[in-house]
Order: sequence, then structure tokens, then C-alpha cells
Amino acid sequence: MAPEAPERERAVAFTLNGESVRCRAPVRTHLGDLLRDAFGLTGVHLGCEHGVCGACTVLVDGRAVRACLMLGVQADGTVVETVEGLTESGSIRDLQDAFHARNALQCGYCTPGMLVTAAELLAEGGVPERAAIRDAIAGNYCRCTGYHAIVDAIATTAEARHAAGRDAAE
Amino acid sequence: MKAPDFAYARPASLDEALALLAAHGEDAVPLAGGQSLVTALNMRLSAPGLLVDLNAIPGLAGVSEADGVVRIGAMTRHRDVGAAPVVRARLPLLAAALPHIAHPAIRNRGTIGGSVALADPATEWPACCLALGATVVVRGPEAERRIAAEEFFLGLYTTALEPGEIVTAVEIPLPPADAVWGFEELARRHGDYALAGLAATARRSGGGLTAVRLAFFGVGDRPVLARAAAAAIEAGDVQAAQAALADELDPPGDPAMRAATRLHLARVILGRVAGTLLAGASMAGASMAGDGDGA
Amino acid sequence: MSADASGLTFLDRPNSYIGRSVPRPNARRLLEGRGVYVDDVPAARLGHVAFLRSPHAHARLLSVETAEAKGMPGVLAVVTGAELAAICTPWVGVLGHFKGLRSAPQHALAIDRVTWVGEPFCAVVARSRAEAEDALAAIAVEFDPLPAVVDMETALDPGTPPIHAELGDNLAFERSLDVGDVDAAFRDAALVVEETFQFGRHTGVCLEPRAILADWAAADGLLTVHHSFQAPHMMQDILCKHLALPEGAVRVICKDVGGSFGIKVHIYPDEMATCALALMLKRPVKFVADRLESFQSDIHARDHRVTARMAFSAEGDILALDMDDLTGIGPYSVYPRTSAVEANQVVNLTGGPYRHRHYRARARVVLQNKAPTCQYRAVGHPIATMVAEGLVDLGASRLGLDPLAMRERNVIPDDAYPCAGVSGIKLEKLSHQAALAKLKAMMGYDALRAEQASLRAQGIHRGIGLAAFIEITNPSAAFYGVGGARISSQDGCTIRLDPQGGVVAAISVTEQGQGTEGIIAQIVATAVGVPMEKVRVISGDTQATPYGGGTWASRGAGIGGEAAWQAGKALRANVVAVAGAILQADPASLDLRDGAVVDAESGTERMPLSELGRIVYFRSDTLPPGVQPEFVATRHYVPKDYPFAFTNGVQASYVEVDVQTGFVRLLKHWCVEDCGTVLNPLLVDEQIRGGIVQGIGGALFEHCLYDAEGQLLNGSMADYLVPMAGEMPDIEVAHVVSPTTSSEIGAKGAGEAGTAGAPAAVVNAINDALRPLDARVSRQPVTPEVVLEALGLV
Repeated sequence: MAPEAPERERAVAFTLNGESVRCRAPVRTHLGDLLRDAFGLTGVHLGCEHGVCGACTVLVDGRAVRACLMLGVQADGTVVETVEGLTESGSIRDLQDAFHARNALQCGYCTPGMLVTAAELLAEGGVPERAAIRDAIAGNYCRCTGYHAIVDAIATTAEARHAAGRDAAE
Repeated sequence: MKAPDFAYARPASLDEALALLAAHGEDAVPLAGGQSLVTALNMRLSAPGLLVDLNAIPGLAGVSEADGVVRIGAMTRHRDVGAAPVVRARLPLLAAALPHIAHPAIRNRGTIGGSVALADPATEWPACCLALGATVVVRGPEAERRIAAEEFFLGLYTTALEPGEIVTAVEIPLPPADAVWGFEELARRHGDYALAGLAATARRSGGGLTAVRLAFFGVGDRPVLARAAAAAIEAGDVQAAQAALADELDPPGDPAMRAATRLHLARVILGRVAGTLLAGASMAGASMAGDGDGA
Repeated sequence: MSADASGLTFLDRPNSYIGRSVPRPNARRLLEGRGVYVDDVPAARLGHVAFLRSPHAHARLLSVETAEAKGMPGVLAVVTGAELAAICTPWVGVLGHFKGLRSAPQHALAIDRVTWVGEPFCAVVARSRAEAEDALAAIAVEFDPLPAVVDMETALDPGTPPIHAELGDNLAFERSLDVGDVDAAFRDAALVVEETFQFGRHTGVCLEPRAILADWAAADGLLTVHHSFQAPHMMQDILCKHLALPEGAVRVICKDVGGSFGIKVHIYPDEMATCALALMLKRPVKFVADRLESFQSDIHARDHRVTARMAFSAEGDILALDMDDLTGIGPYSVYPRTSAVEANQVVNLTGGPYRHRHYRARARVVLQNKAPTCQYRAVGHPIATMVAEGLVDLGASRLGLDPLAMRERNVIPDDAYPCAGVSGIKLEKLSHQAALAKLKAMMGYDALRAEQASLRAQGIHRGIGLAAFIEITNPSAAFYGVGGARISSQDGCTIRLDPQGGVVAAISVTEQGQGTEGIIAQIVATAVGVPMEKVRVISGDTQATPYGGGTWASRGAGIGGEAAWQAGKALRANVVAVAGAILQADPASLDLRDGAVVDAESGTERMPLSELGRIVYFRSDTLPPGVQPEFVATRHYVPKDYPFAFTNGVQASYVEVDVQTGFVRLLKHWCVEDCGTVLNPLLVDEQIRGGIVQGIGGALFEHCLYDAEGQLLNGSMADYLVPMAGEMPDIEVAHVVSPTTSSEIGAKGAGEAGTAGAPAAVVNAINDALRPLDARVSRQPVTPEVVLEALGLV
């Protein structure tokens, strides 16, 4: 194999919300911009672009990451899921329902990142304490709700999954 | 703000990465987890010519144990450091420090090697390395070097890494059976950088403590081993240890907090960690003191 | 709350949705990532603008060299202030009812002088934001730094140069009020307490940054503006004025807005410049503020220092209040609402819950070279509440009285209304006594005091803090219109019945997540008599809704809701009249319920609305002679009998202070408030909770820190500390209901109540915890360092 040559633009191929996708991207474009601009996934929200607000959180290979702190080209070979994909697969339908019923969102700008973060927490299984839920979402800024309703909605979902035996991690 | 223009390469081997760094000199920067570097790029605080992505290099991630030493590959994500069974069982200080590192999404991506190489003085891993007597393993174009943590952290974002070198692993000797430890961190909000933090290890010795290592973070331009304070703790005098910090720490004053306040906080957490260590020391037969985490 | 023709009141119509916790219909798309915020709006040939902003607090611009930048890849245009001024005229942020208020003309891009760090003075439009930023770096600028006025305490000193020479000094506005005989009251008082309160300048940090996309279609003569904003009609009017366009040539659309809180109701230079650039370049131009420039260019607020004293009788009666407020507002009064309002509110509101009759207040508003300040959620309220509630607690402690009993003793009694507050504000109906009683029961006040005492004995320092407050809501034209601002205080709703029985309601108040559209849907469904799922609500489009003020000053539900109620009733009357003609029944004997024409007496269905719609729209030939159906109704509403609908409430905070580290842990928070009719408890409670956490942000965390040269030191999300989930408490909310009789629905506002009272409750709780240690804090944010300083530990 020829040694890797530095490039300013690069081909990327990955699995995005269950579909194989490919494109060319400037290497300086972060994953958040790539998902928004190249694939129209505007559910990926940019709130700070320095990794603090959590609005752009997506799943890469099953783990929540800040899309603004990964280069788009680093998605090459990975599996990326955004709120659009999680919606389509139905995997967080119960969580979305709980957010809706509890009014655990207002302006909705933090919501996709909050859902992705909560989805990762819920995937660990069990019924986390309120304090543990607060810790898990402590990196996702919400200016509207004051967090209480979000904690309620995540707790409700965890309890329901546990009661239904759906919370086993492995 | 969007990142400035740069070039990017994703080498498939360490040798290839080292060759790229050598070819491009100081214009090239290794990209590990990117949780600090990409932030700096997005703020246009950094404008490297080339990013050398280490994420595709096999063998740089993972936690293993051999010959009484735990080896943590540089590209091991923070979360995987804390999740490793040997870390949970034998290096509980690291497991206790982990929840203080930012937030889940950052811990999923950030790496221990990146954190050690960046040497942000307010972060957890460098102080833990100091407290645990870790060795930082680095590879340069010529050879591998093994640098004791005490010799590695030289100043604000400054380490013993030479241009062209890459951190490949952190090696931590397994603590002896009579080891005790403590960890405290004060941050304004969960996951924020420390206003003052302390990672400590020691050995029980006849109801007291010996081999005390107090690694403070957030209170200097690098993680700081407070040796005089440690000696005072070994002598059983916590107040003297707190007093000694005035000479051992030179905390920064910044818009968020005055230097004197940071020093005060360092003394408070020293008192608390010392309590944990001493409580552990007086627990006959216990293999490990409580978590002393306070969180 | 009057009964309507069917004999049913607003609340008990058979298919009433009022008072029910109905989830917001429009929240689903947000949960699925399908919201459409400005940055999500597609546009062909889009230019992205980035602004060159001043690195100096005050400097003359000697030269701006743009030639190199113009040649950079992707660059479409580089425009300086002088070039842009040919298209966009300057503005001055003054209003007639703030007598003496002064400011200077402000341009969209500064021309020869920059006056704060972050003021834009040159724009680059490029094919991508990244390329625009690349080009910014290639612009060479020569500055001649000027002395910066940073400290508001010295802004008025004779030796301090005026920021705008033509004004002579840095005093923008001054208001004084002197009611009763304050000097005599203080002279005769058994106890006088005094305190200086400092409030840290902070800002809104909407998660969606400010954003605007303007597209000039020359062939249509139409400037279409997608804007993350609260008041589309106001923006339309102002764009027309400053871009010299007729009213019909500007359409402003505000789809999903990612938080606003008052941040997005002001005229910003960069946003005006973006619209002017679209005209200039004849193509769509988009500006999305990045987070770093948001901190420098969003309005700030709350930069106040208040020295105040309160006089008490020996029994604990508040006799008089005397206060002096100094506030720094940046280099310009912000257009068009002005930056005098916050100080004016402090004068109007301080001590508002109480029945003392002697009050003196002075507020001075000074110019300084920092980011401009203007109205942000709960304008002035947190300051007014902190000052009075801090002094009440100080008085209670000196007199050895319980703080809750002290408030019970001094609030204006619930049976005293209507009456006037000491500052002259007209109060229709408040419920301080009922709210205090409810709070006391809800929080288990006595048991909590007992727990506090027993923990104190163990060296655990917990504190309970209370804050009674009043809130201005439902403003009439008295707020802005009387001063000459073209800001509408009336709002309208148009409702149309479609053939299948669906209802479309267009409303001029707007949605930023608080649930406006949901509330309007509830009201329309109730008023017309259809299931809520049949109602579609349109908002945020100057071309599609009636004319109105939008969202500000907690007015959406109270004013927009009443307009929707009246329009719904009118449509129902129209529909029933036509149904009566078809069914040959007396319209008074018919009603609409759950989407059908029914017999009002028995509830028996006479005809589904889909059948009526079929006849009216497709078989009008079969209608009785002379019947012309009008299945559209529009009504407008503005409060007329009171200039504002004041609301009231009381909050409590329970905290634990670590007296070694100075860290404060928030254990629990309670709020009882009275916003009149509770249209949707689910939405109201979350407004309160969110508002409380925003207030806690200012009390404990948020602070725009400037150095002596006027540099903002912490303008990033990493350094400016917003409240996050890990530190926030659970919050209990309850209501007392005193509907306003100004409207039929009786709803008052609730959006700012949480923020109004939370800081005072938290700070009072901290001081309650510190009291045994003889320590006291009065400077916000109360950081660990502030607590440690109060304790004498650092």
C-alpha cells in the first residue's frame, strides 16, 4: 500500500442511519457540518462548535460523540446515527413519547443531542437514580426547561423499559 | 467559527505516522481523540499545516497487564480506561477520576494519550499518572523512550515530548497490597476543569502512612507533586501539610478565581483526602481505602 | 370570565381543553429532528457572511484594507461600514416616554469609530462561512485606540471622557421617584437596614445562536427574511424604514426559534447588515452567529449596583424603602426598545409586594464601552426582587422575626385589590397571602426549619430563602407605543373553517418553545368547538398572520390567547348561524361541540361540520336564499383597562453551603405563582421551572467578565458558566388562580416569574445558611470565592 499522502479534500464512505453513503469533503469540515450540509441531516444542531453544549451529539459506532469535535473525514468506515435515524428505526420512540408527554423540551434545539445522550444512558440498562441521570446529561445544555422535566422523561422511560424487561444491556 | 484550512493524513501504522511528522516538522500535529485539538481548530486558535490522524493505527488502544505493570495504550478512550477490569480492580484511583473528566460524549472519544500529551494542568489523567508513578512511553523516528511522569510534565501544555514524537502508552505499576488512595476535585459544574484537584496514593504503615504521593492539579502550570506536604502527612500532621502547600503550589489567578482562593481550596481538599488516606491506614486488613471522591 | 351565548363559560364548555395538560402538537417534529431553524432553510446561490469585529473597546478606525480579502477563494464581496451606509440608514435607540434618554446614531457596520469589543465594522460574504472567515484574516485594519469607559462607577466622573462627544457626558438616562415622606419614615423607624447589592452582567445564551437569512428577489420586489426572532412584524417595519422599502416589500418569517428569552427581540447591527447585503448583492445572504461572537454581540443585561435601605417598626412593619440604582448599558441604547427599560422596571417594581407608603428611588443609566445591554427575560425583576427581599430578610433577622412571618405581615392583603403599588403601578388582583400560605404548606416550612436546626447542630449549614415578587405581563401600548416605538401591543387571530371540519388559525404572537401554538390550538378548539387535532396553527410570518407584536413581556397567552378566543367565538357564531339556516333551527338553540353542530340543550348531534363544509363550499347552490357563509373570522385584542396585568408569586430555595469550600448545593426549589387562568398546567409549570433555572444561572454562575481595558475575558461556553443539569435542583410548582377581568380568558403571563424570583430566593437561602457564622453575601453571581470572602477565609 502506498504511504498516506496529506490531502485537503478526501473521499469518505460510511454507514449513515442504516444507509451506505459516500461523498468528498474538505478535511477541515467537522462531522456536524458534513452531516448537515452533505446529507441534509439538520437535526444535528450546532450550538457552540467547541464541544461544550452537546447539541450536536450523534452516535458513532454506537457511542455518543460531539459531531463538532470530529472531522467529517474521520467518519470514514464508521456507523453514524443521528436523531433522524434513531427516529426512523423506532429505537427511541418510547423516549420521544416520554419527552412529548412530559413537555421535556421547549425550543427543541438541544433535544436531538439530549435524546442521543439519553439513548446511550438507557442502553446501559437498569433504572438510574435521578442524580445519575443528571450526571449523564450534564454535558448537554438546555436553556429552556431547567432540566427537571428531562430528568423525569428519561426516568420514566428507564422504568418502563425495566418493567418490560427491555433494559438488559447485553 | 470554522476551522482554518489544513491538510490531513490518516496513516495505517505508527512508522508511517512518525514519517509524516518527521517530513512536515512543526507544521504537523498528531490528532488523537481531538476533543481539545478540534476545539482549538474550530476557534482558530491553532492553525497547523497537517493533522496526522492516529485513529487508524492498530495496536495503540487497549489495556493490558504484565509483570506487575498495567499498560494503557495511548489511543484508549477515557471511557475504556475506566471500564477495563484491571483498572476497576487494581487501579481504583483512575476509575474514581474518570467521572470527573468532562462528559460521556467527551469520554467516549478523548484518549489518555492525548490528554497526557496535551498536559492541560487542570485535567485528571496527568495528576493520576504522577500519583501512581506512571511511565509515559513515547516513540520517535529513531527509538522508543520511557519517561517517568515526574519528568514528563514540564509546564503549561509543555512536556518532555520532542518534536516528531508520539505518546504510545502509559504504564502504571500495580499498587502493592497495602496501598491506599484518595481523590478529590472541585469544579464549578460537573465535568468542568478543576479549580483544584488532588490525586493521592500512599501505603499503610503501622496505623500511619508511608510513600505518600500527592499530585495536585488545577493549581499550577502543570500537575504538581507536593513533597513537603506528603512528608507532613507521613508524619501524621495534616495541618502542617496544608501549611506546606503555600510554598509548594503556585496556583494561577484568572478571571474565574484568585490564586489565593485556589490555594485555600487545595488545602481543604488535602484535608479531606488526608482524612481518607488515614482512615484507610487505620483499617487493618483492608486492601483499599474508600473512594474519597466526595462526589 | 363571562358566560357566552351557549350559557357555558370559557372553562366548562363541553369540549374545553382549557386547564388540561395537553402536550404541544408541534413538539413532535422537534423530537424527531425535523424542526426548521434559520440555518436549516435551504437557499440557492447562498452567500455566507462573517463580520470583522472590533478587538478594541474603543478606537478610531483609521483604515480598512480589503483588496487582498476580495481576491480570496470563494469571496463574493467585502463591504465596509461606509459602503453599507449607502443602503442602510442609522438608528437612535430613544423613546419619548423615557424623558431625557439619550443615545447616538448607530450604524449597521461601524464607520469611523468602534465602541465595544465585538462591534462589527466590515463584512465578508463568501460561498461558505469558512471561506468568509479565511478572508476576514486577510483584512488589514489600522486602529487608533481611544480611552475606554469600562467601570460604570466612574463613567460619570468629570474626568471620564464621554463616549459620544456630542452628548457631553456618559449619562444616558436618569429617573427619580419620591413617594410619601421617606425621610420622616426613616427618622422615626425602630430599625434601618442597608445593603449594597451587585449584579453581574450576564447574557441569554440561546442555544440556537442569532441567525438571519435574507433574500432579495428584485423581480418580485420582495425581501424575504428568515429570522430567529420574536417579533416578525416589528422587524418588517424596521427593515422597511432603514432600507427604504415599502411595507409590502418585506416579508419576515420566524419558523422554529431555538430559544430567545428577549435576546431575539432587538435590532442587531449584524442582522441589519445581512439584510442590506442581500439587497446589495441581489442574492440570499445568511448570517449565523457563532458562539464566540454571540457572547460579544448578543445583548447583555443586569449590570447593576443598587444601594438600598429599608425602615422597619419594632413590630416588623416595613415603613419605607430608599434605593439608588446605577446601571451600565454599553455604548448605545439598543434600538428600538431602548436600554432604559431595565432600570425603569427596577424603580417600578422594587418592594412591589409590600404595603409601605414611603418610597424613594433613583436610577442612573450610564454608557460604557462594553457590549450593549437591553431587555432579557424578567427585565429588572430579579434586581428589584433581590433588593427588597434581601432587605426584608436582613430586617427579619435583626428583629428576630421569622422571614415567612415577616412577609405574611407586610404583603398587600389579598382583599385590598384593586389598588396601587407604592411606585404608582396599578394592581388589579394579586394573591400574596394565598401564595405564601400555599408555599408554606407545599414546602413543609416548619419541618424544614426543624431539619435545618438539627443539621446545624451537626455542623451542616443549610439555609432556606424566600422571595415574594410581582411580574409585569400583558403590556398595553403603555410599555412602548406611547413613547413612539412602532411596537404593536395588540395582536390578532384569523380562524378559518375548512370543508372537512378542519380549522386553521393564524396568530400574530409567536412560538419559541414556550408552547404558544399549543395554547392557541387549545383555545381555538375550545372556542370553535372542534377536537384539538383538527386545529392547525400558523405563526411567525408577516404575510400569513394578522398584524401584531409577537412575543415579549409575557404576553403570548394572555393577549394572543384572548384574540384567539374572540376569533373562535365569532367563527362559531357564524357557523351556527349558517347551520341554523340549513337546519331551519334557531341558531341560539345550536352549538358546536367536538366537530359537530349539536342541539345546545340536549347535546344531540344535528350535523357534522364536514357535512356543513360540504354544503357551504361545494353546494352553495343549495343554501337558503340570502345566506352568505363567512367561515373566516378575525379578532384583535389589546388590554385597555390596565396598562399591565401584574402577577405575583413567591419562591423558596433550600441550599447547603460547604463552609470550607464555599460551594453551594441546591437541594430543592419551590414556586407558587398566580398567572390567572392556567390554560395548560404542563406548559405553565415548565415555563416556571425553566425560568427559575435561568434565574439561578445569574445568581450563582453567569457573569460576563471584562478587564479594565474592556476585553471580554470569558466569552466561550467553556468559560461562561451556564446552569447544567448536574447542579440544578428539582423544582415544585403550584398556582393560585386570580384571573384578570380585562379579558374573558383571564390569563396573565407566566414566562418571567421563575427568573424574577429565583436569584433572591437562592441568595437569601445562602445568607440564611451563613447567618450563624456572621457572614453575608450580596454580590451575584455568588461564586465559591464570594462565599469564602464573606466567611473571611480568603
